[in-house]
Order: sequence, then structure tokens, then C-alpha cells
Amino acid sequence: MTKKDLGLLILILVVGAIVAIINPRFLLPINLANTSNLIGLFGILSIGQAFVIITGGIELSVGSVVALLGTLFIDFIAVRGVGWPIAFALILVLGAIIGLAHGWLITRLKLQPFVVTLCGLLIYRGVARFYTADGTAGFAFGQNFPTLEFLTAGRSYGVPNSFFALVVIAIVMWVVLHRSVFGRYLYAIGKNEEAAKYSGIRTGRVVMAAYVICGVLTALSAIYFAMYTRSISPASHGQFYELYAIAAAVLGGFSLRGGEGSLIGVILGTVLLQELQNLVNLLGIPSSLNFAVMGGVILIGVLVDQQWGVFRARRRMVDAARKGAVGAAAE
Amino acid sequence: MNYSDTSIAATTPFLSLENVRKTYPGVVALDGFSMEVRPGEVIGLVGENGAGKSTLMKILGGVTTPDTGTITVDGIAHKDLTVEGSLGSGIAFVHQELNLFDNLDVAANIFFGREPLRAGPLRLVDRAKLREMVAPLLKRVGANFSADTQVADLSLAQQQMVEIAKALSIKARLVILDEPTSSLPIAETDKLLDVIKALKADGISVIFISHRLHEIERVADRVIVLRDGMLAGTLGKRDINHDQMVKLMIGRMLKEREKASEAGRAPGAVALSAKAVRTPTYPSRPVDLDVRRGEILGLAGLVGSGRTELARVLFGIDASLGGTLELNGKPLALASAADAVAQGIFLVPEDRKLTGILLDLSIAQNISLPNLPAHAKRALVSNSAEVVTAEKQKKNLGIKAPSVQTRTGTLSGGNQQKVVLGKWLAMNPKVMILDEPTRGIDIGAKAEIYGLMRALADAGVAVLMISSDMEEVIGVSDRIAVMHEGQISGILDKDQFSQENVLLLAVGKPANRP
Repeated sequence: MTKKDLGLLILILVVGAIVAIINPRFLLPINLANTSNLIGLFGILSIGQAFVIITGGIELSVGSVVALLGTLFIDFIAVRGVGWPIAFALILVLGAIIGLAHGWLITRLKLQPFVVTLCGLLIYRGVARFYTADGTAGFAFGQNFPTLEFLTAGRSYGVPNSFFALVVIAIVMWVVLHRSVFGRYLYAIGKNEEAAKYSGIRTGRVVMAAYVICGVLTALSAIYFAMYTRSISPASHGQFYELYAIAAAVLGGFSLRGGEGSLIGVILGTVLLQELQNLVNLLGIPSSLNFAVMGGVILIGVLVDQQWGVFRARRRMVDAARKGAVGAAAE
Repeated sequence: MNYSDTSIAATTPFLSLENVRKTYPGVVALDGFSMEVRPGEVIGLVGENGAGKSTLMKILGGVTTPDTGTITVDGIAHKDLTVEGSLGSGIAFVHQELNLFDNLDVAANIFFGREPLRAGPLRLVDRAKLREMVAPLLKRVGANFSADTQVADLSLAQQQMVEIAKALSIKARLVILDEPTSSLPIAETDKLLDVIKALKADGISVIFISHRLHEIERVADRVIVLRDGMLAGTLGKRDINHDQMVKLMIGRMLKEREKASEAGRAPGAVALSAKAVRTPTYPSRPVDLDVRRGEILGLAGLVGSGRTELARVLFGIDASLGGTLELNGKPLALASAADAVAQGIFLVPEDRKLTGILLDLSIAQNISLPNLPAHAKRALVSNSAEVVTAEKQKKNLGIKAPSVQTRTGTLSGGNQQKVVLGKWLAMNPKVMILDEPTRGIDIGAKAEIYGLMRALADAGVAVLMISSDMEEVIGVSDRIAVMHEGQISGILDKDQFSQENVLLLAVGKPANRP
């Protein structure tokens, strides 16, 4: 765990303690379970985003992908009678294809990630609304999928299974990002894509793979979100989720220039964001202020982090200058 | 001094330098250099790469200050000429790389930051007035384009004209043109030379730096030759000719220094062969080049002659626009640098910090990067394997660093270069391409890198060394290929090695026979 991660963890605990003191309901099992469910859902989404941001890219279409794939998933199993394991696999494949398409446009046709995924944001939202004719996708009365519901929206030992899913994915992705050859390539490309290319890394493929990973994790979270809400109106479902994911990564210490950030950081970022949402609800702050509170906290967090960096750099320089002066005097 | 033009000789100099000396750690860049420039005089400034021209330019621009010596501009002695001082006394630069905003139009570029404003609090640009101000300037440089053309739509020569117009707009009295023609086609060059003549007619002095000696012949009133940071000689109008300039540029014959290779070595088989390869920069100039096993092939040429571009093609960074590559007689297809690396073709690039290493990664991480799968078990990186490889290279190359975990960004240039070398040496090279391997490196590390290249060649590696350092090319190479404007203008064998021959080929003339 880096110093940055530790600072974030302390912030989470301090905010949690303050909220708990003001409103003890914060610590009720039902509240904690709800919050950790949301952490699970948004955490999976944010990890995907983190893999793209580490390459210096951005994925703006995830909210719309959550809407489109969620709609398709419910339609497949509730209306078209596709077996849920097949539908599940199909949605993940669709997510991978979307990621592949984005990665291909970005690495082969040299389009800017922002542009490609902004177009994706518009296209998938439009397609989702068209697919349901602006209606709502949902289950018929009495329609049940016990195993699927248990895996996605159920609980074990009082803890939501979505949270367990996040833990498993986080561990796997931590190994991929921080220990694997592929993860090292991601950091190298994020730091300096040219130098990585001159070291013989097939940078295009690596970046494409990052978008595929993001697509698959987004698809997975789309299924979880769909099973959590159980009914989807594609006009609004998943709106702004890309910003939650980006915010979690930024809070977690990722640089939008790429090459910086840790998996623990993005998870902690997600936790803090959901804690803030919960805080708005529990402290009786008008829910219309929800976004304003999040925006304010992120801004302050990033500002403090940046100023702290400037301060430390300055102190290092002063130290070096002092040492230099002593050295010169000694000569 | 022999002025043919007596009217110029009579005037007092606009600029004079006396006994200027400038040293950098380990290098004397300028040593007791003196010169003067009179109003309306066109001075040709020539010298090899590294002769001290850039240092001189930096001093005149006020970017660096000389250690000793005096600079007098327009009768005023400047102890420390600053950038503002230089600009204020009417010295303007037109650099090789243009400093124009190509998304703005010509007028906006010329008066950037000094736009005439309309009355009122909005500070709107007075476009009519701006156009009025620009028109005479464009006329003076003989522009055939209008003030509202986007700079991006102009040819290179036209962009140079914009730069010169910009210089005129600040009432420049001395315009310094740094290699303005190096990237211009012939027809465009003529236009630029006409502009220089027009400036002269207006009483403006010009210092014209160029590697293209025949252009100097055409416009210069006087030629100043720099060599090893010293004034090698001055040629008056009547004495300016190509051979005289080359003779002064080379000066005394090279000391037989660093006989890096023993004579009589049998050349090995051809390892890397390029046949009619064309680079994106010179799409109509096919290049043929063979690099043999066990030799150091020096690739000489002037800046911009297409050497780096060729290296990029040989390393798979850029695709060749035609022709074929062969490695050990077998056809070679390179779609990316990864393909080249897989074949054992490695490049030590020119720009170490941008492309050679990752400054934020450690020595060990940089060295293992091209061969990471070999340092991993089941796709997971093994830090201990990385450290073993890196320690070996650190010891082998004498990389000076606290440990292999040190960030490469904190190392000196020479040690960074050794890290770049180390990452390839750890991988068993077949062909090693080194682009300016000793640029910006202290003398001690230079010698080590020469030794290393020789050791590689002795081990049967084909070594291709791009270098602009004449002594280095002659001292280290077994054969020298010289490039001129995108093509190989000649290949010299050991018995033909001389600075004169290299320089003749580099400016596109045939070499002397041995």
C-alpha cells in the first residue's frame, strides 16, 4: 500500500467516524450492506476504467454500455428465454467486442480516446433506447432466476455477493496490474509510449487489451446493475456512471496522463465516493446537492494531494541546495 | 581583412565579438573567438557539426553568457548579453525548426503578442490595421502569399519568409539564419537566397549558417569558418569557393587516434541488407546499404540527411515505402519494432530521454523491458530474475548507480546510455544500430562505449553507428557510408578515410580517390 492509499484510507475512516457520530444509523447492518453492494457494483466498473486510464486513455461510454448491455441481458433472459448462463456469457462477449472496437479505433486509426468513447456514449445510449422503443426492460411478475439472483443480488453471511465479486475481481486484477508482464507494459506505455515502442513492446495490442478488459468488466457490472435494479429505463439507467468511475480512479491517485495509480487506490476511491453518497442521505443534506458534494470533495482531495506534492518537491530542493552549499563550503 | 566591397569596409561594425571563450564541463565550445559584422553585410558561417556554431548562436541570442570576452552591439559593449538585450539591439533569429503557430494566419504570427488593438475595453484585434502593418513587411521579403493565409498551408520556404518578416517587424538590424535551407527543395532555396539579397540591399546584416556550401558561395560577402571552437579562417568575397571552405573546415589532418580496429580484418558476411528502401521523409530516394557481421559501419552525413529516418526503418518503427530488407540472406519483414527486436536487431536511439529509456522506471525495469517474458514465471514478473540480469549488465558496463533499483531519471547521461546499451546486450544482438551513441556524454564514458562497440563487432555482431562527430566516425568505423539528402552518396573503405572525403560526400560531391 502506498502512502497515497494510506492517506485515502484514513480519510475514509475519519469521514465514516464523523458520519457515525452524527447519525448512528450509518453503522446499521442494513446500511452497511447496501453501501457495500453499491461499492461492489461501482468498484467493478471503476477497475475497468482504471485499466484504460493507466494507458493515458479514457473510457466515457461505460454508463451507456451499462444501460445497453443491462437492457439486452434482461431482454435475453426475461423475454427471449435465453438460459441465463448463456446470456451472461453473451453479454461479456459483447462487452469485449465494444472494448475491442474502441481499442482498434484508438490504436490503429489513431483517433483520440476521448472522441471515440464520447461517440460510444451517444451511440449506445441511443441504441438502448431504440431497442426498447424508449420503454422499460424488466421481468414479468413472478419471473425468478434463483441462482442468478443469489449470485448477483444475494447475500452470504449478511454481506452482499456483489461485494464478494468485487473482492475476487480486485485480487485477480491486482495481480494482473502489479505483478504481471502485461501490467508492467501498461505502466511503461502510460509513462512513455514512444520509449515502450522502442523497447520492442507491441504497444497497440497492449492498449487494445486494456480497452477489452474495461469492456468486459463494464459488461459484468452491467449485469450486476441490471439484477440490482431489476428494471431498466434505458434513457436514464447508468447515466454519469463513467464519471463515477473516472472520479474513483482520480481520487485513488490515477493520473489522467497515464502511468500512475494502484488497484487499491481505485477501490478506496470507489469506497469514498459511496461513503459520500451515503453521507448525503444520512445527514439530511438535500439529495439534489449530491453531485455538488462529490465534486467538492474530489476537487479538495486532488488539490490537497497536488499541493502536498509541490510542498515536498520544494522541501527536497531546499534540502539539496543546503547540502550543495555545505559541500561547496567543504571543498 | 580583405573587403572587396569598400563601401562596407568603411562602415563601423554593427556587431563585434572579441576573444570570446565559453566552456561546458569537459568541453571548450568556443575558444578566443572574434568576429565582426558590418551593416548590410552577409556573412556565411560554416563549420562541422560541433565546431561551436550553436554555442555562438546561443551567445548572440543571449541564451548563454560567455565565460570571458566582450560583445559589442551597435557601439554598446554588453558584458552579459541577455535575451531582451539581444532582441532590443535588433538581433533576430530564424531557426532551423520554425517557431510558428501553424493554426494561425500569417499576420497573427508576425505580430503575435504585439497585435494592434481597437479602442475599447474588449481589447479586440484591429484586423484592418494589422493587415496594413503586415503588407509592407511581406512585400519586402517578396512574399507571394497574402497575410490571411494559414501558416499550415504555406511551403517551408514561405514559412521561412514569415519568420524573416517577423524579424523585420521588430526592426531587426541583424538577421541570423540557422540552416534555413537544410529542409528546402532547390527551387524554394532560390527564393530564400533572393530574400537575403533584399535584406542586404536594405542595409540589414545577415549571418547565414549552412552546410550547403554552394549557397554560401552565392550570397556571402565574407565567410567565417569555425573549427573546434576557434576561428579557422576568414574568406573575403573573392576567395569564397567550395574547396577553400572545406580545407578550412577540416584544417590539419586528423591525428591517427584510437585505431580501434586492427588492419586486415576479413569482412564478415552481410548481416543486414537494405535494398531500395525508402523512408517517409525522403520518399523518392531509395537507399541501398549492407552491414556486415563483425564490422562497425559508420553512417555519416549532415544533420537532416536522413540517417535517423533510415535507422527508424531498419528498426521497424517506420514502414519502408518500398524495397526489401534481408537479415543473413533471408527476407525480413518488419511491421513494428517488436519484430526487429525478435530478430535481434536493436536500436540505441538518438533521443535517449524520449525514446531510449523510461525515466520513471528503475535500471532493472528498463533493462528487462524488451525481454520481460524471459524474466517471468507464468506471466508474472520475477523481480529477482530482473535484478540478476540488471546486476550483470551494471557490472559489465560499469553503470554508476547506488543500486539497480535506482530510477534512471536520476542518472547522468553516460550512465543512462549504458542502461540503454545494457537492455540490448542482455539479449544477444545480431545487428546493433546506434544513433549518435556518444552525444552529450563525457569523454570517459565515450571511450567505454567505443570499446563496447568494438567488442560487439569482434563477437560477430553487425554494428551500424550513426554519428555526426567526424573524429568519431573516422576513428571508430571499419567502413563509412555517407548520406546526402536521403541517399547513400558513397561508401569509404579504410584507405579512403579522411575528413575531406566524408565532408565531400556529405555535401553531395564525389570523394577523392586514394
